[in-house]
Amino acid sequence: MMDYETIIGLEVHAELSTKTKIYCNCTTEFGGEVNTHTCPICTGQPGVLPVLNKKVVDYAIKVGLATDCSITPLGKQDRKNYFYPDLPKAYQISQFDLPICTNGKVEIEVDGLKKDIGLTRIHIEEDAGKLLHEAVDGTLVDYNRGGVPLIEIVSEPDLRSEEETREFLNQLKAILEYLEVSDCKMQEGSLRCDVNVSVRPKGQKELGTRTEMKNVNSFSAACRAIKYEAARQIEALEDGEVISQETRRWDDDKGKSFTMRSKEDSHDYRYFPDPDLVAISIDEQWIKRIHDELPELPRAKVERYIKIYNLSDYDAGQVAGNKAMADMLDEAVKLGASAKFTCNWLLGDISKILNDKNMEASEIPFTARHIADMISLIDKKTISNTAGKKVIDELFDSPRSVEQIVKEKGLAQISDEAALLSVVDEVLKNNEKSIADYKKGKTNALGFLVGQAMRLSKGKGNPQMFNDMIKRKLDSL
Amino acid sequence: MKTVITEEDVRYVANLAKLHVPDGQINALTKQMADIVALADKLSDVDTSGIEPTNHVIPVNNVFREDEVRPSYPRDEMLANAPMSSAGCYFVPYTFDE
Amino acid sequence: MELYTLTASEMHELLKTKKASSVEITNSVIGRIDDVDATIGSFLSSTFDSALDTAKTVDEKIARNEKIAPLAGIPMAVKDNMCTKGVKTTCASRMLENYIPMYDADVVAKLKKADVPILGKVNMDEFAMGSSTETSYFKKTRNPHNIERIPGGSSGGSAAAVCADEAVYALGSDTGGSIRQPSSHCGVVGLKPTYGVVSRFGLVAFASSLDQIGPITKNVADCAKVMDLIAGHDEKDSTSFNIDYPNYSANLIPDAKGLKIGVPREYMGKGISEDVSAVIKNVIKQYEDMGAIVEETSLPLTDYYLAAYYIIACAEASSNLARYDGIKYGYRTKDFSDLTDLYKKTRSEGFGDEVKRRIILGTYVLSSGYYDAYYKKAQQVRTIIRNGFSDELDKYDLLLTPVTPDVAFKFGEKSSDPITMYLEDICTVSINIAGVPAISVPCGVNRENLPIGVQLIGKHFGEPTLLRAAYAFEQSGFFTPQKPQIKSVKGSK
Repeated sequence: MMDYETIIGLEVHAELSTKTKIYCNCTTEFGGEVNTHTCPICTGQPGVLPVLNKKVVDYAIKVGLATDCSITPLGKQDRKNYFYPDLPKAYQISQFDLPICTNGKVEIEVDGLKKDIGLTRIHIEEDAGKLLHEAVDGTLVDYNRGGVPLIEIVSEPDLRSEEETREFLNQLKAILEYLEVSDCKMQEGSLRCDVNVSVRPKGQKELGTRTEMKNVNSFSAACRAIKYEAARQIEALEDGEVISQETRRWDDDKGKSFTMRSKEDSHDYRYFPDPDLVAISIDEQWIKRIHDELPELPRAKVERYIKIYNLSDYDAGQVAGNKAMADMLDEAVKLGASAKFTCNWLLGDISKILNDKNMEASEIPFTARHIADMISLIDKKTISNTAGKKVIDELFDSPRSVEQIVKEKGLAQISDEAALLSVVDEVLKNNEKSIADYKKGKTNALGFLVGQAMRLSKGKGNPQMFNDMIKRKLDSL
Repeated sequence: MKTVITEEDVRYVANLAKLHVPDGQINALTKQMADIVALADKLSDVDTSGIEPTNHVIPVNNVFREDEVRPSYPRDEMLANAPMSSAGCYFVPYTFDE
Repeated sequence: MELYTLTASEMHELLKTKKASSVEITNSVIGRIDDVDATIGSFLSSTFDSALDTAKTVDEKIARNEKIAPLAGIPMAVKDNMCTKGVKTTCASRMLENYIPMYDADVVAKLKKADVPILGKVNMDEFAMGSSTETSYFKKTRNPHNIERIPGGSSGGSAAAVCADEAVYALGSDTGGSIRQPSSHCGVVGLKPTYGVVSRFGLVAFASSLDQIGPITKNVADCAKVMDLIAGHDEKDSTSFNIDYPNYSANLIPDAKGLKIGVPREYMGKGISEDVSAVIKNVIKQYEDMGAIVEETSLPLTDYYLAAYYIIACAEASSNLARYDGIKYGYRTKDFSDLTDLYKKTRSEGFGDEVKRRIILGTYVLSSGYYDAYYKKAQQVRTIIRNGFSDELDKYDLLLTPVTPDVAFKFGEKSSDPITMYLEDICTVSINIAGVPAISVPCGVNRENLPIGVQLIGKHFGEPTLLRAAYAFEQSGFFTPQKPQIKSVKGSK
């Protein structure tokens, strides 16, 4: 079999977190009762007209600047015409030939190799409504999402693997989160992507025929879809078949992509400039205003974490890749906690609990202050590391002050030598065999004795002090 | 320029526009379309090289709205005109794409 | 003299001086509708009760010696393509036969705020597509001057109602002549304002870049008054102009002295009937006698107006009318097998032939491979036409042309061939393409006593000059329109 290369391009749709829809004053809030966030405008009643939400343009420029795009001095909005029940006007207002942003890039790093992934364009458009397939004999239409602003980010076919794709999506999501322009909640559909995949024999210059997969709802689904589709195409080519350019639907449950019922008219969208909307003119001043508002972005954060916080490349990337974590880290450091320790807690126990609970870092119910307090108590040896883990568990269950938790749960460590001495004496009295072993040179007997001391103190004794005291006693015997 | 309009063209376009053209009418409609398109074809005589298209007859730009929430409309009022509704939604035949 | 025959200005005087109440005036006009509408057929729906309620409110204000707005208490009619909250808005289409908007068009909100009694919604060509009101799904509207003839269109119901004294004034909409042409045919005053002067919010769109709402009135002074009420910036319409609007009534002076008027020779040539041509020539002479400077001039690409107009208008219409799919509102076919079948049957049964023809043409010119040759080309030609008007209107205060090639035609005369019908708009479509304002003023009759109008075309935002020139002409006494004689066929009410 020939060696093939997979070529991947993405179209990422991100719902913007503006308060109102793109062309009317209805709320964008998620989770309202069906059809309660609608008005004549977003349901396309006869006679209504759209007026563009300025924030939408601000946000698109912001994303463009954060991804090194050129911002168009003159943008316009076009109608994309097609019939579907989720599209109340039977056209979607989008941008055809003059998108807000063009020609940008996002840097990714896979296996230590850095690579720029080109962005063809970023344009603004309106979301469609939602079709609910709940009824027995038909489909229900809910227009609450109809008219929520979206940006569509189109990448160049620069991605070559699932790993690169996942990393690109992670980077993009981190950028959108840092900019606070999108909630990026996959489960609420605020981030979705279409995946374009083609394959070609290694070394071949021209691209193979690509297929587009729709309905990809998570990063891991994107990776699965790519893997499946590349394999399918390679197999087809090996069998001497020709790949046809088509739109396919990804079914993540079945792990397969399917040809969508071919609609002869599905690509004749009859784009034309929307006569109800006027041109968007973006001058230097506007761009500068947005530029001045840009926060520190993930790549800059990674560099700072490595240089200033002395984190490893890997840790820095992990924490910076998640805005909520990075915010916690920076905040905890500001409160005097060690960056290294904070990072270890965030990527260790806290991440594990998030994973178990299927939660996002942004949903952590406690603050950086809690982490800093906990680390400070460990530093002062008031509590042990083990007790620290308990504190985190408690914080997830019901956030309250760390001191209170330590008190309630009796987690404070005993570091009073006099109090520990009776425990040490007790342990030495009951473990003569271990003492003999130690004397014979079996140094791991010390560990055993410390463990006994910890058990006897119900975990509250300072293990380091136990260690020192027992060793001193043994050595003097 | 002289564009030839075929019945096939009319069928294709009617389908795009989601209009049904009965077989009995396709011939007459194609003829009418051909006449109108012939009228439209006259434009090819005009030299428009270097001429910008007019999207707005009096140029204005940057008309925006502030991002302020106003109350949506009551659902009952919105659904009152719907030919069919169910469970607070507009109701359509199956849209499954398989 | 019956109250219903008066102009808005005259009625306002009666109200102010308490010589007549708004309820009396409104009842008089309602009585007139009862008398003649069975013959004329202007109204699609009536809202007499709410009109009388408004009239009562105005009378109470007058009784309390409160100042009332110039059009308060004076009953009028609205073309049935402007949304009225709680009142059917059908666009004279089966598609919207039972559509009841949940909101008011901006102009309707302005009428209500000014205490204007709205008598009802009047007939039109379906979705404003037509020049005779014959494409209405519901009924014929007859020309009050000769009921064998069409009133013009698409605002045929508006013009006929004003002509027949069934409304003191009416609102119409004009995409390619739909206010001016029926006004000319019915012998009333009709103004299409500069694009962007009157909010389109709530006007059911035909062709968004060409549509404009305007007044149809009994005289020029009333026209200025209605403009004072409806013109102005609306933040709900992105194409509405945010400028200081003049007081149109205050600028009315009966003086045409020194006005420079251009007469584009292309509009006076072939296709224009002898009678129309003769009347227009006399109007030109009258303007000269009034001290205006009139010169022959020329406009570019007049042969291409219709082509550019129909491409742009139909393209936009094909998209604007796509929303009528039987899901959210409007007509829905009874039997369908699946979604596509629902769409196709609903739209094919809900729309009339002319609407479907234009949707198909519009879809064609936007479809893959044809966009550049048609739509983009038409928009480029639009630039040339627009610049041509700008150049001429730099030289002249206004341009003067006929409104229509001939007087109102007979029912059925032009409906068999779309192109013949389209030629009816030959003098008017370019004004919408250029976005400039134009007014139709009654200026004479043909041999059969059928009305002829003259079209005055102004610069962008040049309505004050336009109204002044029209007012001067009207006041000169050159032509006094005669009221039509309508046989009363008592309606069922």
